[in-house]
Amino acid sequence: MENKVYIYRSFERFWHWMQAFLIFFLAATGFEIHGSFSFFGYRNAVHYHNIAAYAFIILIVFAIFWHFSTGEWRQYLPTFKNLRAQIDYYLLGIFRNAPHPTKKTVLSKLNPLQRLTYLGLKLLVIPVMVISGLLYMFYRYPQAGGIEGLRIDSVGTIAFFHTAGAFVLIAFVIVHLYLITTGTTITSNLKAMITGYEELEGHDSEGKANNKQTQEVNHE
Amino acid sequence: MKKIIISLTLTGLVLVAALSVLLPDEKGSTSLDILKAKYQGKKGRVADHSRYDILKQNFSDPRQVTKACLTCHTHAAGEIMQSNHWNWERPEYIKGRGIVYFGKKNAINNFCIGVEGNEQSCAKCHIGYGMSSAKNFAFNDSLNIDCLICHDNTETYSKGTEKAGMPGAGLDLANIARHVGKPKRSNCGVCHFFGGGGNNVKHGDLEKSMFEPARDVDVHMASDGANLQCVDCHTTKQHTISGKMYSLSSMNHNRAYCEDCHTARPHDDDVLNKHTLKVACQSCHINTYAKVNATKTNWDWATAGDLRNGEPYEVDDKDGNHTYLSIKGSFTWGKNLKPDYIWFNGTAEHYLLGDKFSDTTKPLVLNTLNGSYNDRDSKIIPVKIHTARQPYDPVNQLLIQPKLFAPEKGQGAFWKDFNWQSAASTGMKEINLPYSGKLTFIKTEMYWPVNHMIATKEKTVACTECHNSSNSRLAQLTDFYMPGRDHSSFLEFAGTGIIMLSLAGVLAHGGVRIYHRRKMKQENSNGK
Repeated sequence: MENKVYIYRSFERFWHWMQAFLIFFLAATGFEIHGSFSFFGYRNAVHYHNIAAYAFIILIVFAIFWHFSTGEWRQYLPTFKNLRAQIDYYLLGIFRNAPHPTKKTVLSKLNPLQRLTYLGLKLLVIPVMVISGLLYMFYRYPQAGGIEGLRIDSVGTIAFFHTAGAFVLIAFVIVHLYLITTGTTITSNLKAMITGYEELEGHDSEGKANNKQTQEVNHE
Repeated sequence: MKKIIISLTLTGLVLVAALSVLLPDEKGSTSLDILKAKYQGKKGRVADHSRYDILKQNFSDPRQVTKACLTCHTHAAGEIMQSNHWNWERPEYIKGRGIVYFGKKNAINNFCIGVEGNEQSCAKCHIGYGMSSAKNFAFNDSLNIDCLICHDNTETYSKGTEKAGMPGAGLDLANIARHVGKPKRSNCGVCHFFGGGGNNVKHGDLEKSMFEPARDVDVHMASDGANLQCVDCHTTKQHTISGKMYSLSSMNHNRAYCEDCHTARPHDDDVLNKHTLKVACQSCHINTYAKVNATKTNWDWATAGDLRNGEPYEVDDKDGNHTYLSIKGSFTWGKNLKPDYIWFNGTAEHYLLGDKFSDTTKPLVLNTLNGSYNDRDSKIIPVKIHTARQPYDPVNQLLIQPKLFAPEKGQGAFWKDFNWQSAASTGMKEINLPYSGKLTFIKTEMYWPVNHMIATKEKTVACTECHNSSNSRLAQLTDFYMPGRDHSSFLEFAGTGIIMLSLAGVLAHGGVRIYHRRKMKQENSNGK
């Protein structure tokens, strides 16, 4: 039984697309500062990068608030159940048109691999980027005028972590963009993130899960 | 709940928009406007000296002028006698040496090498009369002070060549004495533009075009711009002038800074202001030096002394710069040069006459400017590096101060006799240093901070001239990480690696999916 279910709410979609835009923009300006290419002009790139960084931080603050006030943070609780099955699916099943091993529901939108990946992004990569980015902005040099207590000898250390995070994010974006196409149909995931609605198995038209199996997953 | 979220979202958007608008755009700096207004009015008016009775006399001797000046300016002589313009030395604390009296009087450089023994010629730029020998000069006789070389506002006063600082012939001293005032660019420039024996030989950023510079040569002194005089920045108290040259000074005091007028945070852009902690203003605001006329970049004394038919000769390039002089050797010149950059904390060390120096495999640096990235007082400054080969005594391991100038032949002066042996033995004897009789030439370097010829805003050094990995202006400064210039090769490799792997992974995965999908479609249609 398949029904159109309202799975991504408006803030979630706004957050997602805003974040997507900012990551692309930060990557473009950031790698110009890194010296990989020139497009905006170095000084503009620095200027835009800083503004986008502030915007990103504001967005993150709102997203954190949203996740906790709605309880959506539970979506990212890691689970190892079905993890093996999910890996097998991407390595084998997907080619044979096998069904998705994890049922997507409003209460559990993410498969175990997604849970782990997004949790890693939220707890590791994004914090590393935000902290190293803020240090980049506010740490002036070993001594005077900066964050005196930090005593970091060179901006090189900060830059190392910030650049490393950027590479990881780009790799993530590449894989993420590809995996969009692995939904029920090639465009169903994309449509869902744009409109908020997705055809999901085992839901009634109000989006309430009526499948026992998926409810179990939610309680992990 | 939905309403709350939507309103929060909107607030966020508004905040983002507000931030991007509020973060400053390029616009005229208020502080710059204030400065422009401050220096707009004609400054430094002095009393009309032509009305003073004591100056209404016919001066035949310049010392009489000095005497007349001192009748009113009763403290001036005492102040002058404290100054390094007068003493040609000042007390400097040098690490490892203690207090050293150091200056033109006893310094060694890699241009005309040194003053000692050659005062008759060199004292043309001393603010005194008759210093034919610094050893025997009466530094305590106030009538020896040459007030006019700095204070003549008629631009007619000048000192004679090889006259130990006495004025040239045929000057109307009476008229000059009645038209004195604050020093102008012409007063300072007549010495400081010609150091080293010719226009722009030494500094590179101080030369005759700066008498009346165009705006694209120097934005401050431009006669069609702010028209600042030297002493507007080199502020002076009791005849002690701020700002000094590190070819001759060692301590970090009494300096003249751009920040004195412009403050340490002069830009509207905070990212630019952050630079001022580690980068001196000059580093970005002087794109090139020797903008109008060439400056000497290398001086090879080893070729000096070649004669044609027993006579000294000169060879000039197409711009009229000497490329060879029998008395001085061969020269290399450069115009519109990009500075070199070094860390500098305001202190310097010097090679002093009599210092032993044995490692001649690398150039001997005559003035080491101290500094490094990790030193909190250090900033990156632009410098001109002047290289030379100059005479050296390999037995005593000393740089040689040769006798260069003498009025007559046969007194040991190289410029008359062209004999290194007699020049070296006479020169070293005059400063009481040994000479072994063996003379070679070694490479030396001097570091000349470039502080003038400030470019217009449009020609300021752009970000990517330093922040790039292939030809950064700061390529020589490797003791710190600079975004855009430096990369961790490990991280670049790993980062590009994981991006490539991700790409390859998704392409392969996608390819296999497409292949299987087609195969299944075929099977389905075959099955039918």
